[in-house]
Amino acid sequence: MPIGFEDGSIDEFAMAIPDGAKVAIPADYAGVSMAATRALIRRRVKNLHLVGVPTSGLQAELLIGAGCVKTFESSALTLGEYGPAPRFTKAVREGTIQLVDATCPAIHAGLQASQKGIPFMPLRGILGSDVLKNHPGWKVIQNPFANNKDPIVAIPAIQPDIALFHAPLADREGNVWIGRKRELVNMSHAAKTAFVTVDAISETSLFETEEKAAGVLPALYVGKICVAPNGSWPLPFWNGAEVDDAHMRRYMEMAKSDTGFQNYLDQFVMQESVPA
Amino acid sequence: MTDIADDKKALICLIANLLRDCNHVAVGAASPIPGAAALLAKAAWGTPRFVNILGSVANNFFTGGGGELFDCAAQGRIDAFFLGGGQIDGQANINLMGRGDYPSSNPRWPGTFGSAYLYFLIPKVILFREEHSRRTLVEKVDFISAPGLSDNSTYRKGGPFGLLTSKAFFRFDKDKKRFRLESIHPTSSLEDILDNTGFSFDYSKEAPLTAPPDPALLELLNQEVREKVAEVYPNFAEAIFPMTSSAAHAK
Repeated sequence: MPIGFEDGSIDEFAMAIPDGAKVAIPADYAGVSMAATRALIRRRVKNLHLVGVPTSGLQAELLIGAGCVKTFESSALTLGEYGPAPRFTKAVREGTIQLVDATCPAIHAGLQASQKGIPFMPLRGILGSDVLKNHPGWKVIQNPFANNKDPIVAIPAIQPDIALFHAPLADREGNVWIGRKRELVNMSHAAKTAFVTVDAISETSLFETEEKAAGVLPALYVGKICVAPNGSWPLPFWNGAEVDDAHMRRYMEMAKSDTGFQNYLDQFVMQESVPA
Repeated sequence: MTDIADDKKALICLIANLLRDCNHVAVGAASPIPGAAALLAKAAWGTPRFVNILGSVANNFFTGGGGELFDCAAQGRIDAFFLGGGQIDGQANINLMGRGDYPSSNPRWPGTFGSAYLYFLIPKVILFREEHSRRTLVEKVDFISAPGLSDNSTYRKGGPFGLLTSKAFFRFDKDKKRFRLESIHPTSSLEDILDNTGFSFDYSKEAPLTAPPDPALLELLNQEVREKVAEVYPNFAEAIFPMTSSAAHAK
């Protein structure tokens, strides 16, 4: 058995994510490990390079606010209907994080290139945008197969150190069920390894039926698993919880000021007084 | 309150008519008016046949992950899409990044999302921004998240079809590289629009009023489609279909 996860706590899990790591994180709709996010803040991780696949939300907002992030690479940071992300907005205004602003398909394409072990992936669109002008890695090349002028953008491979996300189930062999959230597979294939929190452990193999197997990320790609029931809280989870609306509103209220945000961290992260 | 709800329903009906010739429309989970319009069009005419609500679990039929939308768009499998922006200018450039000098934007907005790609590849991109002011409709955007126009050597299958706001509907003329005022909503006037638009645009002094929603279409929205809208956009549905009217309909 490749992975020992039965007795590992979420804090031990987070200790294995080193300072300076390049960590791929999914958008809110694909399963965000907020449990691991809080543990990362508790362990005072530094200089993370976050890759939001293709966007991020509260997860990046908290890590940025807590001073854990050096570089934020993504297509957006959004808290949706709750409004502008206060800590992110402040960090951008004050220039305390390095931004690598992309566009959604370019994040997917960069990961795809890494999955395939190739240096870049060409992508349509993007030409003439200020996103292209400001991106440190993208290059415009001529389509080598065209007779006429045909510029196309080359997106270099993005290889994260770790893909970090929350999923419903893992089995005892370390296989993870991701349903139809194929971006989690892409992230994990592209990254050196995947760290996954799960709601529960399946006592039977996830390969037992083809229906289940179709949505499995094989243990080959998985480095660490930790059981964290409701681990996406307060964010919604595609296989379970709705967003904790009252908590999100409370966050928005508290994170308006530096002191309020510190109080939020003390109350909900450092002490992990998480309501069931 | 009722007036605002009526205005929003009028926008929904207007957009629904624009989607009638589409097979597949994708809309964001945070775009209730375009989303409701797509659902209404599907209910009224059976087209668009496919309405995909991105970010939703039950109303998103993609099985290929977050990248499938973009692959679909690149292959021409999406006919219409909606983009907004904190700033939109007279050349249909859109800015979703922030005001001021990048990277120290102030305020910073969420970011470009997929706009820098989808704007090039989806034939009918409808710019939708309810706030119609000189703050949002500007002469020149501070940051081009996605350009409205490209030169001839650029591969471009899609682009701006029009711009819909709470005051008016503009069509974009690709040859003239300008917006043209198509119709004025009953709550506004040409003077009001000229006062509140930061870019210059073509118009006729006799620009028509936006036609009121077809009563049958409005009825369909209020009856059959409201349940579907409520399922996808619960907060929005609560605002435009107040409980009182629901009780009235129940009778």
